[in-house]
Amino acid sequence: MDGFIQFFEDYQLLIYLLVFTIILGFEVISKVPTVLHTPLMSGANAISGVVVVGGILLVRQAEAGDYFSLGLGLFGIIMGMINATGGFAVTDRMLEMFKKKKKK
Amino acid sequence: MDIKFLTDVGFLLGSVGFVWGLKRLSSPDTARRGNMIASVGMGLAILSIIFAPLNQGDNNYGWVIAGLAIGGIIGYLMAIRVKMTAMPQMVSIFNGLGGACAVLIAMVELRHYYTGASAMTGGQVAISLTALFIGGIAFTGSMLAWFKLEDWLRDNALVLPKHSIFNMILLAVILATGIYIFIQQIDAGIGLAALFMLLALLYGVSFVVPIGGADMPVVISLLNSFSGLSAAAAGLIYGNNFMLVGGILVGASGTILTVLMCEAMNRSLLNVLIGGFGGGGTASKGAAGEQVVKEVTLNDAAIQLFYSKSVMIVPGYGLAVAQAQKVCKEIDDLLESNGVDVKYAIHPVAGRMPGHMNVLLAEADVPYPKLLDLEDANAALKSTDIVVVVGANDVVNPAALDDPGSPIYGMPVLQVWDAKNTIVLKRSMNPGYAGIQNPLFFMEKTHMLFGDAKATLSKLVSEIKSL
Repeated sequence: MDGFIQFFEDYQLLIYLLVFTIILGFEVISKVPTVLHTPLMSGANAISGVVVVGGILLVRQAEAGDYFSLGLGLFGIIMGMINATGGFAVTDRMLEMFKKKKKK
Repeated sequence: MDIKFLTDVGFLLGSVGFVWGLKRLSSPDTARRGNMIASVGMGLAILSIIFAPLNQGDNNYGWVIAGLAIGGIIGYLMAIRVKMTAMPQMVSIFNGLGGACAVLIAMVELRHYYTGASAMTGGQVAISLTALFIGGIAFTGSMLAWFKLEDWLRDNALVLPKHSIFNMILLAVILATGIYIFIQQIDAGIGLAALFMLLALLYGVSFVVPIGGADMPVVISLLNSFSGLSAAAAGLIYGNNFMLVGGILVGASGTILTVLMCEAMNRSLLNVLIGGFGGGGTASKGAAGEQVVKEVTLNDAAIQLFYSKSVMIVPGYGLAVAQAQKVCKEIDDLLESNGVDVKYAIHPVAGRMPGHMNVLLAEADVPYPKLLDLEDANAALKSTDIVVVVGANDVVNPAALDDPGSPIYGMPVLQVWDAKNTIVLKRSMNPGYAGIQNPLFFMEKTHMLFGDAKATLSKLVSEIKSL
């Protein structure tokens, strides 16, 4: 229990951020029309590509000769970047189709 | 100005971009702009992390740029080439890659910790393990979902006897290993951490294995939420608020969609995960073999449709498989030109991901006011002349309402039998993905039109044109 209290005290700001982001996330997205389920999912999916930021940080923090970290980090960046770029691009493609027929 | 200040502001603006973008993504008029704003937010964050001053390391910009360029190009090419019918697969692949990235990050950081290269608090070890666990499930789970969606793997191919018990034991072993690693601190060693990762990867596979095709919308939403949460966990390892915010937002949206999909099927998440579909089909009444279905000729169908007042099209996964959305629109246009009122009834879980049918029909230029959701469609069906069911099955199954023995009993369905006539386009009499027989096919008012959805619809088009 002491460890838990210590953890809570040390990371209070982070815990606040965590809790409020969860509430914010639910509030922002709570009412989605069916038409947008797929674009919302793939757009959110693209946002989960933020993990690429961690990959970049990992590679930048590594020593130049640490090929284990560099290699895995490179893979991480590639995968995260595919997730982010691909996700946003495909969502845009979908939403473009939705937009087109609004004019009719 | 101080670079650290600038990059920190970059992260802040990036998070605002995510929240603002997601907000706009949930309304049809602003959705496209919303996606754009979110992607700008991501770009700002990537620039910020590239320039942020660090206390350690050699920057290795060559590796960073190479990774960004390769990933960016591959991702973009995949996105512009994918067919709209293959969207569920694409989302699964992207999900999986995000999860895999979190796994790699956590693994490398844990290795630094165990080799003594860097220090970690107990909390950080726990967070790294969480990232390994959630990211691992998101990775292998999504890959398996992708294989299933591509039909490279039969739904029941890898199911073990007592599979749900196996899953629970595996989960317990993973938790125990995690707690042991946490308690042992630095003495646990990288080997145990690697074992933990492998178990998580195995669990990802094992957890998606028993879930049938019809439940895919739930699984994809859930994995979407996992990939977000694994990114958030990876953010916590570095104390990066931006990653935390982005990841949590994705987690929230994935969770909302998961809940919506479960509600649409009137089943609990646990019930879906245990794989309730498929197994319990035996109690259903009415042996299929004894009943006869009535077929309708193409010519008859064409005449009926052309001279009716209102037609409701009910699309399902079969439409996506046959890529029949554009032919469907052709029929729609032909009928409209004769004054027939054509609408589409979209069940929330039709297809393999949330909103799957909407995307396909949008691709075929069907205006979205013509797409009715479950409630509106059921209200409109009572005054509809002809329903055309294109490759849908479980979402139009009356057993869900009146047969307590049916595995889908209780699921809200499109009550197409309220309409005057129903024409069902189907490849064969094989039951749907849930493996459940559908009494609709044997009803008095139902007529079958066998064949591939696209081929049949094309023939219908020429029949109607020749009238």
